[in-house]
Amino acid sequence: MMTKKIEEVRHLGEKKRSVEKEQAVYDRDYSRYAFSYPTDKYKYVLKPGLSREVVEEISAIKNEPTWMREFRLQAYEIFLKKPMPTWGGDLSQINFDTITYYATPTDKSARSWDDVPEEVKKTFDRLGIPEAERKFLAGVGAQYDSEVLYHSIREDLAKKGVIFLSMDDGLREYPELVREYFGTVVPPTDNKFAALNSAVWSGGSFIYVPKGVQVEIPLQAYFRINAPQMGQFERTLIIADEGSRVHYIEGCTAPIYSKESLHSAVVELIAKRGAHLRYTTLQNWSNDVYNLVTKRAVAYEDATVEWVDANIGSRLTMKYPSVYMLGQGARADILSVAFAGKGQHQDTGGKAIHAAPYTTSTIVSKSVSKDGGRATYRGHLVVAKGAHHAKSNVRCDALILDERSRSDTYPYIEIDEDQVTIGHEATVGKVGDDQIFYLMSRGLSESEALSMIVLGFMEPFTKTLPMEYAIEFNRLIQLEMEGSVG
Amino acid sequence: MASVLEIKDLHVSVEGKEILKGLTLTVKTGEVHSIMGPNGSGKSTLALALMGHPKYEVTHGEILFKGRNIVELEPDERARLGLFLAFQYPLEIQGVPLGRFLWAAKKAMMGQGTDGPTDKKADAKALSQFRQELQEKMKLLKMDESFAQRYLNVGFSGGEKKRAEIVQMHILKPEIAILDETDSGLDIDSVKIVAEAVNQLRGPDFGALVITHYQRILNFLKPDYVHVMIDGRIVRSGDESLVHELEAKGYDWLVNGANNAKVIQ
Ligand SMILES: Nc1ncnc2c1ncn2[C@@H]1O[C@H](COP(=O)(O)OP(=O)(O)OP(=O)(O)O)[C@@H](O)[C@H]1O
Ligand SMILES: [Mg+2]
Repeated sequence: MMTKKIEEVRHLGEKKRSVEKEQAVYDRDYSRYAFSYPTDKYKYVLKPGLSREVVEEISAIKNEPTWMREFRLQAYEIFLKKPMPTWGGDLSQINFDTITYYATPTDKSARSWDDVPEEVKKTFDRLGIPEAERKFLAGVGAQYDSEVLYHSIREDLAKKGVIFLSMDDGLREYPELVREYFGTVVPPTDNKFAALNSAVWSGGSFIYVPKGVQVEIPLQAYFRINAPQMGQFERTLIIADEGSRVHYIEGCTAPIYSKESLHSAVVELIAKRGAHLRYTTLQNWSNDVYNLVTKRAVAYEDATVEWVDANIGSRLTMKYPSVYMLGQGARADILSVAFAGKGQHQDTGGKAIHAAPYTTSTIVSKSVSKDGGRATYRGHLVVAKGAHHAKSNVRCDALILDERSRSDTYPYIEIDEDQVTIGHEATVGKVGDDQIFYLMSRGLSESEALSMIVLGFMEPFTKTLPMEYAIEFNRLIQLEMEGSVG
Repeated sequence: MASVLEIKDLHVSVEGKEILKGLTLTVKTGEVHSIMGPNGSGKSTLALALMGHPKYEVTHGEILFKGRNIVELEPDERARLGLFLAFQYPLEIQGVPLGRFLWAAKKAMMGQGTDGPTDKKADAKALSQFRQELQEKMKLLKMDESFAQRYLNVGFSGGEKKRAEIVQMHILKPEIAILDETDSGLDIDSVKIVAEAVNQLRGPDFGALVITHYQRILNFLKPDYVHVMIDGRIVRSGDESLVHELEAKGYDWLVNGANNAKVIQ
């Protein structure tokens, strides 16, 4: 790969260094801007559009405790007040009035496999997804739109006291536990889309891993959007108690629909002392989806949080998994991978907040852009006063496959402590002709050679995946790469 | 019947500059040819042009392989026809393990894509055979098994890269292989290991064009023909004894010959 180092910043004990000042808007409070939204356009309840009544109805259908109903309504008010973010990607096409915020199970007329568009079936074929899963992914069978559909708890997990439920079930079965943590990591005031999610959330996972319990197999969930203009507002909360270990994986495959679609999830992770928590996302949204997700973790003393986040597809993704290191010796590893194809903007990255001494973070971002796609890295690194001996290393690698595509990097660094070690490195590369030739001389076609180089570039991500996910991911990339040559 | 690689009056330009200036040479399976010549005389240019590097433009002449003019063929098509090039400077490919790469290459050679539904059972069987074969070949080239998991040529030493090229050649089983200075950068023992690995393939279905600067590898290979290339042309051809002559006299005495090559022909 022809790699050009475009930036190397290495500063020890440097105070308050800011790169790209305007990126500070990130955490800014928008509430001072007046904002209101017409909500009287539609009749209530589950029709497209959002209103107080819709929020109340969702809560009523779910038979929720009062505190959750209040939480939703408050969040709704916050949502109304907060303006749209003006940074990141183009959000001007989102029309909150045409989005369906909740679909009840009974809403769902049974779809049959025959109704699934040929294109989608073909994609499943080529991905080699097993029959049962295909039906599930295509929304066929006894499944519902906004609920979590697929949970496999192995008996031994239950025996160990691990709770793995849909968020809705979690709230029903463990109301006190949920109440203690829900919304504490990502409050509704965080941003407009976190407020929206807090108002209308449905589905997602609730996981609690007791002290010292090691969960050996990754816990997994599939989500999907399967109705036109169906918004998906899942909410996930994971608590890894002291000294526990857990790996959660979400994989998404979305059928292709032509109208705008909004996916706005909130994920909250809590890693207590010495816990190890990894959260892997492999998302492939259809090209009309706005994917605006708030993911945040807190890591206490000696805890490790790993975000492994891959974004393929969607029209616009804005997602910056973050870790607040609140205890001494906490560690954050963020690996963000993005593939921006035609008409796509992947605005992704990570945030590491060092709020305690001897904390360590790494952020690795890998992006590929092609056919006019745009990949943006947006990173935020903060070392707070008192977080001495913090160590952080940020590395962004971008691969641009053609002249029409672009990649940009917005690292924002804020350091308020003297004894710190910070590294930042960014590279932008093109695929070299000689590399392609070398691979072709071994019998691979030009597109196979290019795919191989792109997959190799993504390998730091792929190798963290369980095998079946790695295979699926590689196939997805191969499909994305097809037709990109010549 | 032998497969024939026939190069006829080949002219090749790189970035507008003519490097090969009318080169004629025929290599058949069953034969080993060696090309020697001063730095910059165009040996690698020949190798890359034969394999179809897009930068190396054939401006005149023909490359016939198995009776077919391959000048317009893509490198992968040439590979599938049975040509192989061991690179003077093998490329590094991040994130692609050698073993995985070779498996993909082998499948491509067998005319199977890397994509689409395949017969899972047959695939698994072929894969386990491949693994075993790869292990054997790596042993043959005295490479540790762990190289199969390492990214293609990344961090390999110079000599390891060269030996890995020969492992690749053994796996892909070409009919005609071009070895571009495979012996350069190899230690004394490795030269022998590589030469023996090449010799193992020798037979009626394998031919080689070995580009080298040194007598040593040729002592093991015992080439049938030795050619001297100067300034983009073959100026002298002979048998193994020509190597000894070159060792003794260098190339200078042939340089004048190069200028007169056209006349002599
Ligand atoms: N891609 C290229 N761009 C520019 N010049 C080139 C390129 N490839 C080859 N050349 C030039 O063509 C000439 C022949 O090069 P080539 O690599 O074929 O020589 P060689 O005989 O293999 O030399 P050596 O023994 O040093 O390997 C040299 O002058 C070289 O600089
Ligand atoms: Mg050379």
